[in-house]
Amino acid sequence: MDRNQSYRNHKRLMKALHFSGLFITMAIICIPGLWIVLNSFRPTVEIMAKPPVWIPTFTLDHYRAMFGGAGEGGVPVFSYFRNSMIVSVVSTAIAILIGMSGGYAFARYRFKGKTGYFVGLMLFRAVPGVALSLPLFIVFARVGIIDTHLGLILAYVAMNVPFTVWLTDGFFRQIPKELHEAAEIDGCTRWQAFWQVEFPVAKSGVASAAIFAFLTSWNEFALASQLTRSVGSKTMPVGLLDFTAEFTINWGGMCALAVLMIVPALILTFLVQKHLIAGLTFGGVKG
Amino acid sequence: MTRRRLPEWFLLLLPAIIVIAAVVLIPLIFSLYSSFTPYKLTRPSTLWKWVGTYNYEKILTDAKFWAAFGRTVLFLTIALNLEMLLGLGIALMVNKVTWGQRTLRTIVMFPMMFSPILVGFQFKFIFNDNIGLVNNALQSMGFNVALPWLVDGKLALFSIAFAEIWMSTSVFAILILAGLFAIPRDPLEAAKVDGCTPFQSFRHITLPFLMPFIYIAMTIRSLDVARAYDIVQIMTGGGPARRTELLWTLMSRTGYVDARMGLANAMGYVSIILSVVFTIYFFRKLTAARAQIGMEG
Repeated sequence: MDRNQSYRNHKRLMKALHFSGLFITMAIICIPGLWIVLNSFRPTVEIMAKPPVWIPTFTLDHYRAMFGGAGEGGVPVFSYFRNSMIVSVVSTAIAILIGMSGGYAFARYRFKGKTGYFVGLMLFRAVPGVALSLPLFIVFARVGIIDTHLGLILAYVAMNVPFTVWLTDGFFRQIPKELHEAAEIDGCTRWQAFWQVEFPVAKSGVASAAIFAFLTSWNEFALASQLTRSVGSKTMPVGLLDFTAEFTINWGGMCALAVLMIVPALILTFLVQKHLIAGLTFGGVKG
Repeated sequence: MTRRRLPEWFLLLLPAIIVIAAVVLIPLIFSLYSSFTPYKLTRPSTLWKWVGTYNYEKILTDAKFWAAFGRTVLFLTIALNLEMLLGLGIALMVNKVTWGQRTLRTIVMFPMMFSPILVGFQFKFIFNDNIGLVNNALQSMGFNVALPWLVDGKLALFSIAFAEIWMSTSVFAILILAGLFAIPRDPLEAAKVDGCTPFQSFRHITLPFLMPFIYIAMTIRSLDVARAYDIVQIMTGGGPARRTELLWTLMSRTGYVDARMGLANAMGYVSIILSVVFTIYFFRKLTAARAQIGMEG
């Protein structure tokens, strides 16, 4: 009886600790983001108030100003959004295609120097964006693709290819070879066997590679700030800088743009998060 | 036709090789060359003057560079290890939850959706000494302080590390969580039957299985280290008085503000060596960890 009681107490204590630990962690993860969302709906006076105003008032001023165009202190937010979308989606699609073909080669063929190629590919990702942006700017300027979608897309494809090769290689390795051999015996070409048998199995893995690539391009700043000049190609992370002047920052407007920036990423991640975990389990252990 | 057909694997790999060669390799060769010249953006003709290893010699004897180098290594070591431990903790806690786990998983991924530059602005705002959330909260709780989070050297480095850890812990948490899902059930049950304490079975079964995932996360993060640049640049710009100067802010300042591109590129090469060392180190650890549980590809 006594031991039972102490066991039960112990268990209850552990449960309480687990719950409060989880609660505190989630709070720390959420509060900085929620604070940004909250501030995007508050008047500037209140954001800057000293002492702080803890009970917020609701206003859409920042959004109105942002969408209102240049005259009202807004920014060309539609252009930024469109540029970001075009660049991220196109570069993700290309990176996935190229990465898939590379990953398939690593997973299915034997050839000399495979590990060398593999590690070499990864090392290109190790080049810091800052170190790359200086010479890339000069080369792109010579070719004349500064300030175009094409330039950014090229840069992001190169940035994402090593990673997608790495991930997709893992997924294809996971699929037993017998699967496509059987399909070929049944009269499929290698190409058909890939699309009809192997691709559907690896789909969740490819989805998780795609979301990583998309988030990387959607959020990238260092390269974008070098390679873009005008509203014709500036992406949203670069657009955030529009809210900064030399000594002041328009926090409210910036928060509003930040919210606009997070929403697509949030929706996308929520939609594919089931695949994300499954895909990572897949590609993770077997490299 | 006498031309030999290229092997299939090479054709499949070719697009990847072409893209990387065009976008990464050519600029790299260019910058390698320019690191041997006194190239200045303001005077393009300086590109054709060869000075040999002058830039590298200058860097090797530059105390400011080595201070930034040391700070970067320290920053990375602390941040990566803390992120790993916190990520492991979060993954274990979320894994124990029986209902609402999917929601929790999405919440854990929340910081991954933030652009690093946004994280920089966000924490610059939060740690603002006058109107920031942290000081306001402290003051409302009755502490009569206004801590200069981003102005004092030590506090600034702490604030930057906090932002970096906030942003990247979720990468570790998600990968380790994926690892927890992949652990086979049998060894754990056998251990329970044999009378292992929960700690023992964690130490000897769960952890070895998680190690590959931990090293993958480490590899990814060590490859992405340059992303911390955005955060540092926005939050402090390497200041105050260079006390949060990391390699990347030093490089961009040398290259763009001082316009000494050749010198900056030489710094870039020294810092690439750092990333390469990190990458190879973690990759080898990864292979070893996989071998331990018999899962090498």
